[in-house]
Amino acid sequence: MKKSKLQILTNGIIKENPVLVLVLGTCPTLAISTQAINGIGMGACVLVVLTCSNIIISALKKIIPDTVRIPCYITVIATFVTIVQLVLKAYAPALDKALGVYIPLIVVNCIILGRAEAFANKNSVVDSALDGIGMGLGYTLTATVMACIRELIGSGTLFGATITANLFSPFTILIMAPGGFFVFGCLIALVNKLTKGKVKEKRVNKCLTCPGAEFCNEVQEGGCDK
Amino acid sequence: MSLTAAFYIVLSAIITNNYVLSKFLGICPFLGVSKKLDNAMGMSVAVIIVMVVATAVTWPIQTYLLDPNGIGYMQTIVFILVIAALVQMIEIFLKKYIPALHKALGIYLPLITTNCAVLGVCVLNIDNEYNFLQSILNSFGSGVGFTVAMFLFAGVRSKIETNDYPEAFKGIASTLVAASITSLCFLGFSGMLEKIFGM
Repeated sequence: MKKSKLQILTNGIIKENPVLVLVLGTCPTLAISTQAINGIGMGACVLVVLTCSNIIISALKKIIPDTVRIPCYITVIATFVTIVQLVLKAYAPALDKALGVYIPLIVVNCIILGRAEAFANKNSVVDSALDGIGMGLGYTLTATVMACIRELIGSGTLFGATITANLFSPFTILIMAPGGFFVFGCLIALVNKLTKGKVKEKRVNKCLTCPGAEFCNEVQEGGCDK
Repeated sequence: MSLTAAFYIVLSAIITNNYVLSKFLGICPFLGVSKKLDNAMGMSVAVIIVMVVATAVTWPIQTYLLDPNGIGYMQTIVFILVIAALVQMIEIFLKKYIPALHKALGIYLPLITTNCAVLGVCVLNIDNEYNFLQSILNSFGSGVGFTVAMFLFAGVRSKIETNDYPEAFKGIASTLVAASITSLCFLGFSGMLEKIFGM
């Protein structure tokens, strides 16, 4: 059954949210979600890179030979990451500093390579662009929500404005490394609870955390253990 | 560079600035391959080798090729392609000359290309303005730090697997909470090395 354009767009935001449902791109999400503004910034970078690389890869899918497709994808993605990096350095130096090494690391973010492999090289340019926008928005939304929770409880502010000054003293631990893992774990548990375990089937058990999942064709067919 | 400074770099990469538990690099393999101790071992050894070799190649490229020609901004593209090619070459080399090692590490090598800890360590070495020797030491320390985190976490996971916890936390959620507690332990080391080495 062919999906409508709207379905492709919303697919990434809720049903197949890349962070909470597919559990991809964990590293940058955990690292930058200490402040809400960083969540939005990182989300925007991922959105731009993902959409552009999806468009190019989908347009070139007939030209790129199958055997060398992964290096080709990486080159395309790295090009867009460099463009984003330079734009940020020029126009948003503060954000560039806050995100630091995680900007170049968008290259190896599994969301982008994963979407190139799973969607862009099988679908039309328009569909791939919509998929990129949807997935990018899904990522931005999750990263921002997570960052809001951590910033609010961890430093008592939201987008830099003090909120909880007289309510409680902030739990600094939440904006440190352990807090990142903890909040992420709880959010996923919440998604499990709300969907009554339905999403768990989508996260093809073993493939979910397999570092090779993005190269693995079996993931699309339902995983290697089925 | 004094011996103390060398120790400081290696130890801080292993303990206080652990790549997995405090910088969130290489989370995918950390969560994915830490289920069994054997696999954790194979992955870790492969990561140490690739990190050191990748740094030994990317540092001179940045310092002698990209920077003097004013194309430092090509860093990301050049580094990821170099790392991808390098991993391929290491694999071919091992296959031909050390087949036993290739058999043990073979399946982990291709996965390392997309391990963000490897690209991360190469970029951070440049960002921190380390010299060549310091970069190699930092990469080695980071690789060992990855190994330590993997081993500890594989132990923690084998314990929690048999326990009873709420349905919603089954699977990845409980793994992340366990990682949070492991990371909390490492937080206890912060500031320790600065005191010891007086840095």
